[in-house]
Parts: sequence; structure tokens; C-alpha cells
Amino acid sequence: MKIIVCVKRTPDTTTQIRVKPDKSGIEQDIEWILNPYDELAVEEALKLKEKNGGIVTAISLDPDANNSVLRRCLAMGVDEACLLKGGKNYDSYSVAKLLADEIKQREYNLVLFGKQAIDDDNYQVPSMVATLLDVPWVSVVTKVEVNGDSVCATRQIEGGEEIMETKFPCVISCQRGLNEPRYPSLKGIMLAKKKEIPVKEIASLPESVAVTGHEAPSPRPPGRIVGEGSGAVKELVRLLKEEAKVL
Amino acid sequence: MKDFDPDILKIDDLLTDDEKMVRDTIHQFVNKRVKPIIGKHYMEGTFPKHLIKEIADLGLLGANISGYGCAGMNNVAYGLCMQELERGDSGVRSFASVQSGLVMYPILAFGSDKQKETYLPRLAKAEIIGCFGLTEPDFGSNPAGMLTKCVKKGSKYILNGTKRWITNADIADIAIVWARNEKNEIEGFIVDKKSKGYEAREIKEKLSLRASDTGELILEDCEVPEENKLPFTQSLKSPLMCLTQARYGIAWGAMGAALDCFEEAVQYSKTRVQFDKPIGAFQMIQEKLVYMLEEIVKGQLLALRVGRLKDENKYNHAMVSLAKKNNVFQALTIARIARDILGASGITIEYNCMRHMCNLESVITYEGTHNVHTLVLGNYITGIDAFK
Repeated sequence: MKIIVCVKRTPDTTTQIRVKPDKSGIEQDIEWILNPYDELAVEEALKLKEKNGGIVTAISLDPDANNSVLRRCLAMGVDEACLLKGGKNYDSYSVAKLLADEIKQREYNLVLFGKQAIDDDNYQVPSMVATLLDVPWVSVVTKVEVNGDSVCATRQIEGGEEIMETKFPCVISCQRGLNEPRYPSLKGIMLAKKKEIPVKEIASLPESVAVTGHEAPSPRPPGRIVGEGSGAVKELVRLLKEEAKVL
Repeated sequence: MKDFDPDILKIDDLLTDDEKMVRDTIHQFVNKRVKPIIGKHYMEGTFPKHLIKEIADLGLLGANISGYGCAGMNNVAYGLCMQELERGDSGVRSFASVQSGLVMYPILAFGSDKQKETYLPRLAKAEIIGCFGLTEPDFGSNPAGMLTKCVKKGSKYILNGTKRWITNADIADIAIVWARNEKNEIEGFIVDKKSKGYEAREIKEKLSLRASDTGELILEDCEVPEENKLPFTQSLKSPLMCLTQARYGIAWGAMGAALDCFEEAVQYSKTRVQFDKPIGAFQMIQEKLVYMLEEIVKGQLLALRVGRLKDENKYNHAMVSLAKKNNVFQALTIARIARDILGASGITIEYNCMRHMCNLESVITYEGTHNVHTLVLGNYITGIDAFK
């Protein structure tokens, strides 16, 4: 079984994001991580490989040719990695096109993605890649079962679940609940250190989307104390319902 | 708490990418698996045994050993692991230190090929747990005086004596036991817990390292097959070499406990309001926080330098004494300060500082007391041995 996992480097969820003075993007000297949804895809690929045998390849498109997330994939147990240098992270279509062009050159049964990247939250790339590859796809998947050359995928829908069956080759995008991603083992980290990560320079496509600026969100209003003791519960619930609208 | 960087001197820049990945992996593991449960284990006085396999699966046990299924990391990466584990709890770090530095290391350094092949891969996977029996009820800082005896009888050795303050004693499948032979030399043995005449007893009434297993080994005509003797030991020098390994890890680990206390104290100082302002606005609190940060930065640089020297094979036991002595003393001081800053909250298990503080009261005593390390360094300076 040949599995390709597409992974993206995203800002750490706990890092402090600062918008560049010219508003063209965010400052880059922050902590970066493997997109958490892509981590689910890597874990699922490794589990499928452990069960059915095969080879797992991780591919990442990174304009700065930073390979840190691919190192992490290798440390988790991915067999090989490939870094595509180029592209722009904002334009979903060009990202999908560049990834699809690379995947077309490879043999694969299954291409796995995280359902979204936590930085731009576009949700578009997996389905665009599937369309460009002309293969079926299932998105927002919480369970994957492989039977010979077919795959059964459970996906979340409003108020329930939808179970879809399709044949390889196909694309699946992964949702939380699918698995619990493993930690890279220390031995894995040492082995990953010795592996080469080939870098392919790729030509960027004309941009179909232009980013005109970034704005930091307005600062959060200060908290307030609504009361003390159990007497405050009623008022708190009311405010959470009516004002914060989280209940 | 991300609005200031505790790594004020960019020590991170002195680490390689894989060293950082190792550290961050153990950091995440400790946050997710150790921190949420450790308070309960501490209160109940139990070692979190369910973590043993997870720690082994990470590849932490004997991680600085090459081969035998071990990760083969350098000593700096290994030290960073100890730092992160002890951020969780000194007891959890102690478990890993003992298995790696005091059980796997002596088998690697003084064992036969057969012993290495038999035990090291299984110890790395935690299929078997080990402990280290050197200290005795009457011989702590002075191990040379040990009373435990070994006598050869046919193809067996007969061991008699008592070992005390043994981490992992009650959960260990094998013990590395040190005993005096008829020629007055110290010999090392791999003793199976099923050996006739071997008994382990847990020491329950502890106010420190409560989430760690501590016990006593009683050897009463304990029979050990000849092939379980470590063939390449050099009397007392060998167990002391093991201690140097473990002390190295402690120098890093102590800074982990200190970091956890520091971060807790900073957080508390910024949120606890007295006299209408956060207590962090008061000069006396700021002075305390500054002291903590200074000592953490210095301690980390010290541990890192010793680690690099160890990797270059240029280190000696005096350097390790310096790092262990300084870092544990400072970590204990920092934990006490943190407890003070947290006021009444600081005495509860809801916060970590008092648990770390109580743990560090053991750490400053075990693996060479603070005083003994002082005398090791005194000897280094003057050439005069104060404890002979």
C-alpha cells in the first residue's frame, strides 16, 4: 500500500502572532508546528502501514523550504519525505495544483490530508487535489477501514455520521477523533536525522487570489466578575447564553 | 504566559534541531501524561506504573546508549529529557535515571556480551525493571564501608546484607547489587528478584518522592549464579562511575523542577491581586523572580557545558559534582521561594511548587549529598581528601 500524506507548517497555537508593519503577512520569528490535523493524517497513514504493510511518503509545500515538519513526520515513522520549495500559502488553488502535479508523478493508493490548516482555515486543498487527480475523495473523516482495494470512511455531518465507501486510489481528509497521534520516539528522531529530505524547486503559478492586507484582531475586552458564590450561577448562565452566545 | 521568554539568553540556539525535537517531544508527553495525574499519585504515595511502558515506547530508557534497541542519542539530548521529565516530577525522572544510568549503564560498561544481549534490549523496552543496590542502612556517603558480603560457593555466589533507600526496589525484576568479596574488593551482580534469599520491601512513610518507589533489599544467603556476576568491574570505582552517570542526569533534571516552579510563580505573581495590584508589581516579589531566572539560566548553561564535554569524552566526576551540587541546591532554593510567593496556595497539591520542594529535599541528599560534592570539589582544588 502506497500512502502519500500532505503536510503543512503552521504557527504554533500558543505562539503570539504579530502582523508585519506593512500588513503583508505575519512576522516569521515565531514557533511553528506540524498542522495538528495533518498530524492525524500522518498517524492514520502509519497505522494503515503497520496493519497492511507498504510505504508512507510525506510531502510538504513550503515557500521558505523549511523542512522541520517533514523531520517530525520522519521521526514519527514516515518512510520518506519530499519538500517542494515554492508556491504561496494563501492561494488554495495554486497549492492544490502544485501538490497534484507532484502526486501525479508518484504511485499511490491513498492520499491523506488534514481537513484544514489551522492558519488560513481554507478547507479547500484536499478536495481540489482530488479533483485535479480525478479520483474520489471523502472529507472530514473520523474513521477509516480498508478492505482489499476499497476503503470505508466515516465522516461527520450535521447531527450524525455518513459512511462512504470508495475504491483506491482516493483522497481522504482527516478530522479530530480519527486517532491519537503518536509522539515521535527518540529512536525515530535519531533515525530521521540521518535521512535526506530531497528539495524540489517548483515554479510558482500566477496568483488567482491576492492578499491585500492583514489586521490583528481587536484586543479582548477585560473580564468582569458577575457575582460570588452559587448565587452568581444563574446570572453567569444567562450572560453566557445571551451575551457571549456560547451556550 | 507566552508574553515573556524564560530563555533570555537564547540557550536554544546552542541546541541542534534534533536535540530540540527530543526536548519538545518529552515536554509534550509530560504535559499530557504526567502533569494531570502526578498530584494524585503523590498524595496516595504511589508510583504511576502505567507510565513505564509509555516512557519505554518513547525510547527514553538508556536513550544515550547505542545499539541494543536504544536510541543512541547524545548526552545533551539525554539531559534535556531528564529536564523535561523532572518538570513533571522528580520521582518520574528518578525512575528513568535509575533504569538508564544505574542499571543499563553498569551492564553496558562492566557486563559480558551475553549479559548485555540478555538484559539491555529488555530493559530498554521496560519488559524488565531494574534497581541499584549500593547504599546500606549504615553506609550512605561512605559506601566503601559496606557490610554486604559475597562468598563463592561452587558455581554460585552467596550474598548477605541489606541495601536501603533503593529507588524502584519494590517494582524491580533485577537488582544491580554491590558486595564485598573475601579479598575485600567490591563486586557487582545482576540479582534476579526470584533468587532464593532475595526480598524487597517498600519504604512507605516518606514525605518526599512520594510518587516514586523507594525500598530496601534484604539478601539472606541469596544465591546468585556465577554468570550473573559483572565480569569487568574495578572494585568501588565501578559503582561510583554509575553514580556519575546518574548525577549528570540529575543536574539537568533539577533545572526542570526549577523551571516548573519558576513558571508557576510568575503566573501566580501576575494574577494574584493584593492591595489592589498583582503581587508581581511589588519589588520584593520581582526580586525573587529575578533570582529564580538568574539561577535557572546559569544552571542550564552549566548542565549544557558538562553535557557537551561528556559528548566529547572530556568530562570528569568533579565537573559532574559541580553541576549536580549547584543545580540541585539552586532548584531547591527556587522551589522554596516559589512556595513562599504562592502563599497558602503554595502548600496545596493543586500547585506544583511544594511537591517539587519536598522532592528536591531527597534529590539534594541522594546520589552524593550536597556536602559530599562540596568535598569532592574541595579535593579537586587542594588535592587533599577531606573524607579519608
